[in-house]
Amino acid sequence: MTERDDSAVSLQDSIARSVHRNLLAWVVSRQVFWVSIAAAVAFIALSLASDVFATQDNLYNVTRNFAFVAIIALGMTAVIITGGIDLSVGAVLVLSGMVCGMSMNGGMSFWLAVPLALGAALAVGAFNGVMIAYVRMPPFVVTLGMLSIARSLAMVLSNNRMVYEFGPDQDTLLALGGGDVGVWLPLVGSVRVPNPVLCLVTIAILAGVAFRWTKWGRYLFAIGGNEEAANLTGVPVKRMKVSVYMACSLAAGIAGILEVGWLGTITTGLGQGTELTVIAAAVIGGANLSGGMGTAFGAIVGAALIEVIRNSLTLLGISTFWQGTFVGCFIIVAVLFDRLRIRTSSE
Amino acid sequence: MARLELSTISKNFGAIQALTGVSLTLHGGEVVGLMGDNGAGKSTLVKIIAGNYPPSSGTMEMSGRKLAFHKPSDARAAGIEIVYQDLALCNNLTAAANVFLGRELERGFFPFRFLDYRTMFQRAGELFAELKSETRPRDVVKRMSGGQRQAVAIARTRLSDPKIVLMDEPTAAISVRQVAEVLALIRRLREHDIAVVLISHRMPDVFTVCDRIVVLRRGRKVSDKAIAQSSPEEVTGLITGAIEQA
Repeated sequence: MTERDDSAVSLQDSIARSVHRNLLAWVVSRQVFWVSIAAAVAFIALSLASDVFATQDNLYNVTRNFAFVAIIALGMTAVIITGGIDLSVGAVLVLSGMVCGMSMNGGMSFWLAVPLALGAALAVGAFNGVMIAYVRMPPFVVTLGMLSIARSLAMVLSNNRMVYEFGPDQDTLLALGGGDVGVWLPLVGSVRVPNPVLCLVTIAILAGVAFRWTKWGRYLFAIGGNEEAANLTGVPVKRMKVSVYMACSLAAGIAGILEVGWLGTITTGLGQGTELTVIAAAVIGGANLSGGMGTAFGAIVGAALIEVIRNSLTLLGISTFWQGTFVGCFIIVAVLFDRLRIRTSSE
Repeated sequence: MARLELSTISKNFGAIQALTGVSLTLHGGEVVGLMGDNGAGKSTLVKIIAGNYPPSSGTMEMSGRKLAFHKPSDARAAGIEIVYQDLALCNNLTAAANVFLGRELERGFFPFRFLDYRTMFQRAGELFAELKSETRPRDVVKRMSGGQRQAVAIARTRLSDPKIVLMDEPTAAISVRQVAEVLALIRRLREHDIAVVLISHRMPDVFTVCDRIVVLRRGRKVSDKAIAQSSPEEVTGLITGAIEQA
């Protein structure tokens, strides 16, 4: 241990001292940085390879399509940070959409149907959270069961019909999901931004601030890092877990309503397999399934990358059957890359 | 007046008698070594002081006031802090985040309350400097040595200006150089007039840093004397039962 006569100076120095030498070293050490690079490279390559990709119409579609996945991926990232998993998001999406659609179909006002749908989503999340936190069941099992229950409830609600009549407020619902807003951006000028993308941006900012700047966010990481330690130091672990599964379900519920508004119709097949795309987006974006790691930005970049791959295959005339292969490879490569980086930095 | 006064504490779990009539007095600025074989009742005693569970009989008084803890946070509120054997640290968080875990400082007003990073880094840095540890507030615990981790766990106890610090096997799994660091940290606590209870299997550490040594055997206190009047040989005898009482 060194003597510190100049302790005032060295104290400030030690407080200011960060783990990485500089900003560049920090940025380069992040998985999300490399995934962003990959997304940017794919974006540029596609702009050159296809004259359709960089058109406003196509980008409009790409951003709207990925917004649904990205919104849920933000909630999923929160769950994954605590070391959990939520397999029920696809089913919650269709349940929320169905509650909204059916109640409007029955003549209910848009302003009542939406809170009702979100309430249903929150109730599912609360059930998941209570079973996981208080009854101590594994998240995988509880949410797998809920995947089955929520989708089945959506079928019961609609009698498995296709619903496309949304009552007196139909236009409001369709405008919410399918509409857009003119936004003026520097360098680009005026662009049309789909409503789901605006929702995504809002939720992303809220999530980003919550993860980094609030006690709630700090506790997510603490629980994912060492649940026992969090408990011993007075973190309300059980309440936190319930809240995080509710947040994830709420995100899925919001995406469900938006998606119904965009499609203008709802069937019980909506959102089938979404949970896997969402988990893929979160993992590609740097969320670690063993808990304690993940960012809001990463969730969005991960979702964007998946959508860019899907879109590019279509534009380049490659059979859509190949999509799964490409997305799967990206999941493995992203995590593999992270492994290699950890190994080299620990040696 | 004694900092903590335990009188005839007993604890049984069903048919198992874990502690029988243990009385113990702690004073400020004193390091007490608590020794005993596995199952002698050390952890039970510490967990009673820490508020994990109540004694079956007997009383606890702190500076003359009766204590009744229902949960660990009660003990913490009374000024009793514990350094757990596994340190209860989150590897993925920074040193400062671990020091303030569960007691984060916030600024702003509801619902816009945000973590006060600047003050927490500052305060954590001051605590590490006070402990003369080289730990830096922004370092992630994952990359720290065993001694630095101990410093984080000990700095956490200093946050609230505690009266009593209980340490469970702090030197069990670290290198020789780091042991010296941890013992220095314990002395630093003593300088701040804190009563320290050191639970340890390592005889040399106990004899280096403690003022008094208490030996438990099969739930009973068999010795309680100043370190100068005892010896490692005697303590070994007391722990194993070769010496009945001293």
